[in-house]
Parts: sequence; C-alpha cells; structure tokens
Amino acid sequence: MNLEDLADITEAVAAAAESRRHCVRVCMAASCQSCGSGEVLEGLQTQAKQNADDGVCIKPVGCMGLCSAGPLVSVDSDQPATALLYQDVTVDDTEDLYHSLGDQPVERLRCRTDVPFFARQQKVVLENSGIIDPEQIDDYIAAGGYRSLMRAVTEMSREEVLREVKESGLRGRGGGGYPAGLKWATVAMAPEPHKYVICNADEGDPGAFMDRAVLESDPHRVLEGMALAGYAVGAEHAYIYIRAEYPLAVERLKTAIKQATKKGLLGRRICETALSFEVEVRLGAGAFVCGEETALMASIEGRRGQPRPRPPYPAEEGLWKCPTLINNVETLANIPAIVGKGGAWFKSIGTENSTGTKVFALAGRIANSGLIEVPMGIPLREIVHEIGGGIPDGRRFKAVQTGGPSGGCLPEQFLDMPVEYDTLRSAGSIMGSGGMIVMDETSSMVDVARYFMEFCMDESCGKCVPCRAGTVQLYGLLDKIADGEATPSDLELLEELCDVVQATSLCGLGQTAPNPVLSTLRYFRHEYEEKLRPESERMPRMQIVTLDD
Amino acid sequence: MTHPPAATNPAPKVRVVTLKIDDHDVGARETDSILEIAQANGIRIPSLCYLDGLSTWGACRLCMVEIEGFSKPVSACSTTATEGMKITTNSARLKRYRRMILELLFAERNHVCSVCVSNGHCELQDLAAECGMDHVRVPYRNATYTIDSSHDLFRVDHNRCVVCTRCVRVCDEIEGAHTWDVMGRGVNCQVITDLNQPWGDSQSCTSCGKCVQVCPTGALVKKGTAAGEMEKHDDFVPYLAQMRKRQ
Repeated sequence: MNLEDLADITEAVAAAAESRRHCVRVCMAASCQSCGSGEVLEGLQTQAKQNADDGVCIKPVGCMGLCSAGPLVSVDSDQPATALLYQDVTVDDTEDLYHSLGDQPVERLRCRTDVPFFARQQKVVLENSGIIDPEQIDDYIAAGGYRSLMRAVTEMSREEVLREVKESGLRGRGGGGYPAGLKWATVAMAPEPHKYVICNADEGDPGAFMDRAVLESDPHRVLEGMALAGYAVGAEHAYIYIRAEYPLAVERLKTAIKQATKKGLLGRRICETALSFEVEVRLGAGAFVCGEETALMASIEGRRGQPRPRPPYPAEEGLWKCPTLINNVETLANIPAIVGKGGAWFKSIGTENSTGTKVFALAGRIANSGLIEVPMGIPLREIVHEIGGGIPDGRRFKAVQTGGPSGGCLPEQFLDMPVEYDTLRSAGSIMGSGGMIVMDETSSMVDVARYFMEFCMDESCGKCVPCRAGTVQLYGLLDKIADGEATPSDLELLEELCDVVQATSLCGLGQTAPNPVLSTLRYFRHEYEEKLRPESERMPRMQIVTLDD
Repeated sequence: MTHPPAATNPAPKVRVVTLKIDDHDVGARETDSILEIAQANGIRIPSLCYLDGLSTWGACRLCMVEIEGFSKPVSACSTTATEGMKITTNSARLKRYRRMILELLFAERNHVCSVCVSNGHCELQDLAAECGMDHVRVPYRNATYTIDSSHDLFRVDHNRCVVCTRCVRVCDEIEGAHTWDVMGRGVNCQVITDLNQPWGDSQSCTSCGKCVQVCPTGALVKKGTAAGEMEKHDDFVPYLAQMRKRQ
C-alpha cells in the first residue's frame, strides 16, 4: 500500500458516493444503539430493498454527539452541522423518512442544527465521527486517513515526527496533562532495542464516554496515531488496553486492526517499508485502577492489576521492563491530524498552555447531554448554558463536576473560567479525561461526595493502607453526615482523613479520591454543616416514668 | 587450595552520593533506597510491609518521608537516593500521617492485643507504641474474618492480617512455592493459599514456615501457642536472600 493506492481508494469511494442520489447516515454508536438505532437502520435498509432503489445509501456511522436526542439520522451531508438531522427516530418513522428523501423533510422528527450545540464545536478528534462507517477502512482512507502515517514512514524522519508532536504542545488527554512530546522524546531516547506503545482505553469514570465514542466511531484514527507513535519512539509492538464493558468498541477495534493489517498499514512491513508495527487488543476485567499506568502494565503482563511506586516511570522501565509509551485514546487520536497538518496548526487552537481541542462527555442535569469537542480555553458557561442548552425544567445551575471521581465540583462563580488544565487545577478540580456532570439545585453535594467516595472505595485495589482502609472510613463518615447522624468532630475527622489519604496513597486513585469531598467542602461547606444537627437534638432526653403515671 | 570462582561479570559500577537525613550527613550508593540508607546509619523510619531480603512493596505508607523540593511526601522504601537530597523523617506532619495510618489499620480488622498469641512480639503493636497511637478515632469496622486451622503446624487468622503481603513475597521469592497470594480488592482484600483452598489442603505449600516467621502480626502463627507466646524470627530472611545472591 502506498500513497497512490490511498488516492485510488479515495477516488473509488467518491465515485460510488456520486453515483448515489442520497446518503442516509444512522448513528450506530453505543448510546444510540441502546435506544433502538439498530432497528432504525434495519427499517431503512428494508425500505431501500422494497423500493428497489440503488440510488440511496443507508450507512451505519459513529456518534453524532447529541446522545440525548438519539437515535439520530442525518441525510445528505458529510457534516452533521449542515445536514438534515432527525432525532428520536423509531422504526415506525423509517417509511416516512425514506419517502421524504429529495422532497420535503419530515418536520416532526427534525433536529435543529443551527443551535450552539453544533455551531460552537470545533472538531479535530471527532472530525470523522458520525460521518464515516467505522467498520469500513476505505471510508476512513477516503476521509484522508492513513496519509499521515504513510508520509511519516516514507518521507519524514523519526525526529521530524517528534518535533511536530512537541511543537503542537499536546498534553495527555487521560487526565494528567503531561506534555505528550516530552513523554515521546523520553521513550525515543531510551537505548533499549525493545519498546512498547500502549493505548490506554480503560475509561471507567462515572459519566465519561469520550474514549468509547472515539473507538466506536473512528477506530482507525487511534490505530494510525499508535502507529505514528511507534514510528517516532522506535516501538514495533503495541497494546490497546480496553475495558471488556465496551464490547462494541472492542469489536470495531478488532475489525479495524484486521482491515489495516490486510492492507499492509499495520503488521509487518507497513506501507511498503521495512518497518513493523503490530497491535494487540487486551481486555480489562473491569477494574478502575487498571487505568493507572503501572497497574495497567501489570494487568497486561498477566499479573494482578496493582500499581507500583514510580519512579521508575514507564518511559524508562515499563512493560516487561522495557521503555513504554502510554497514551490515552484521545491523545493518540490527535496525532494523525498533528502530523498531517503540523504542530503549529494544532498550537493555533486553544490556549497557550493547553493547546488543541478537548472532547467532553456532558451528562447529568443538562438539556443536551452527549459528546462535544471544543477548543481549550472555552468558558465553562458556554459549555453548560450554550452548547449544553442549560438546565432543564426551569431549575438553576448549581455545580459542574469535572474530572470524574478524581476531580472536583465547581460552583457558579467559576462559570466564566476558561477550561484549561491549569485553571481547573487552581480551582480545586482537574480536567481529567473529560467527563462533565452537571448538577442542579436539587442535588445534595454531600450525596455527590458520598457517591464518588463509594466508587473509589469499591475500586481501590487494596494494596496500600490509606486507600484501602481510608476510603472505607471516608465513605462511612460521609454516610453518617448524609444521614444527619454526625457531629462536628466527624467533620474534623473527615478533613484530616482526606489529607492523609491524599498525601500518602500509593497511586492516583487514592491520591485523588478525596478531591470530590475537598472541593464540595471548599465551595458547599454549609451543606455539610446543615447536616450536623445541634447537640441538644442528638441526645434524646431521658424520660422519667413513674408508677403513678 | 581452592579459590572462590572468579566472577564472570564484574559488578556494574555504582556511584556514591552524599545526602542529608534529619541533618545528618550520610553517604550511600545511588541504588540504595532512603530506608536502607537510614537503617545503615542508625536512623529509624517506621515501616511495616518492608522486609530486608524481599522485593519492595511500598504499600504500608508508614515510611513516608519529606524531601526538600518535593511537594508530597514519598515512601522511603521505594525512593532511591540522589546527590544532595535533604530528607526529613520525623516532622509533625509525618507523625500525624503515621498515626492516622496505624489507626486505620487497627480499625480495619480485629487487633485486640490481650488475647493475641503475638502479644509483646508484634510489629504492629510496637509501631503503635512508637508512633504514640494510644487510641483510635475512626470507628472500628467490626468485620468478622475467618480463621484457617487446617494446616498441621500453622494457623492463619485473617482478623489479625494487615495485608502487608510479606508472606506472599517470601513464599514466592525465597521459598519459590507461591502458595500465598491476594484475592479480592479494596477492603475485601485477603491473603489466600492456592486458589483460596484451606491451607491444610494446599498442594504447593512446603510447610517451611517462612511465611509465619515474616508475618509482622499474629495473623500467621505456630499452632499450640498461647497468648504472648508466639515469637517470630524474620532476621533469617535477609541472610537467606544474601546467600542465594552469592550462589
């Protein structure tokens, strides 16, 4: 496979598209499938068969973003923002929908696309999502895919690829925000002959589904990013560590690996060069801690998924003691665009210290829940009130939880803050992998903290004492406070325990487990204090019963 | 006259560094951990899961120390020395952390010393005394764990276990049997023999008793010992490890 072959495939796909009068795209990502998009797809295909019309192409595609309005169907445009978009489509609507093609649209199903949800987004990682068929490699190639890899391995040196990534200013999208270029350079500099690339797809934060959507919608993009990483750091083997709870993503990823290997874009002698790059899928057994890089590597090695102290960092001593590059799905999905369009182009998006775009999963009490991609530095208010459409049922905004169980809750006063790694951190929260849970005035912040602590307690691996025995005590204290049975000394103890767990835990899970408690205490302390009943009420008065009564 | 066999691979060169621990100037090899350096220089850093001769585990978090320029404390057992490091082992903050970690351990399972066979010879008990942990502020969990007496010679009382995994490591790394392992996660973690079968039924156990000797508490004990009678000898493990390295 070479650049000419890619051009031929692109032409063939374009020619096939031109020969058709209409193209109907049905979202077949997990969230739309869960509300029946599979039936809608079948219904439309049946219509096409019955009408014996080969001028209509019914295409399963990836996530279109607005998950709360699913199943989504787009007609005749390769951009959801400009397409005729239908929402809440059921199998009964497919007949009307099919017959409306080329005619008046079905008004009752129309989803407005001129709203900020579509207009304010800027897509890099999700540029093909909802447009291409994730199970067809030709579709990805026609959308410009595998060009960066092809160019890199035939025309660019490893150093040039590294330079572009460094120049882009890309920071790890898994949560840490570590400069990707620096990590790559460290692995590239390691003298050992055997190195590994790992794609961390063990997304497990409650309310987060960015990586799942990227893998389900555009798996080849992640593979291309991994291959570029392998080329830049000198690794020939790679693993995708993905949780088994994402069966659709796993299936599409496996299909993609097979297709790319068959076309000579992965495997041995990629792109007609002497280079090899083999990718294996490893399924996680459902442990949140396995998203932590050292625990993840232990799990790949077939050992118990427990973290180990760092240093040595994986870049120095990782999988099977070899230098290992671990990046998150979204980080790797940015790479083809960075190598293709240049690091300077990527740097022009976002802010100075947080470049590029970020994919967020909007969930909770918000009108438009779903997947969005926005430039870094966008104010929180724009995400919540404009793109997200605000809080439904006329309720008031109360807080937004960013960064999952490791993150924090930010109240209204931070709504005008630009969303960046450093600003979020200074406000007591983190970017995390990009989960955003919006809460309205009916949410109790003590309950929120208790919920996240329960999650961390259940997911603690049990290796280190503060995390194993500390989170369970923190949960107990929060439970006591939420039930109105606590005393002021319990609140003091809660704060002291948070400090100990945060400062002494072995890995990120324990170190960040107290964050939801600390951030809610910082901004909603009065809610905790309200739950502490005065002493007079705590001690029921003794009743004296005499025989005369 | 016999000569010792000539070393085929000369030992790799290790640099020597100087650093400060609690205002004492000390010299060390750069491969040494802070805990090893402190021990070699007579500076006491509390620890529970660490045992000379076994792999470093870094889980009890009692050996946390502060290093100048580091924002967070680090575990002394898993951090190696670098030139010019300035280490504090006993600040008020570290003392507070250690105390709380011990409280968490005491509340996690049942550690009633008066009825324990290891009473008076227990590392957990000694640490509590050393760190001034005279009472526990967090509520006791009061969870009931099992006792396995199926082995002919030894007994495991999970109520006394602190999951330091010294038994797991000594069985795997020194004895080579790997009878012990850990099951479950979070607070439900438990050491198990084979695939969670009774110890007495274990096909892999060699009854060597190393696990019993390295256990810091009364979790692994010899049968037939009464309260306060179980004395342990974990000092032979470093000796064994050293002998093996020389072979």
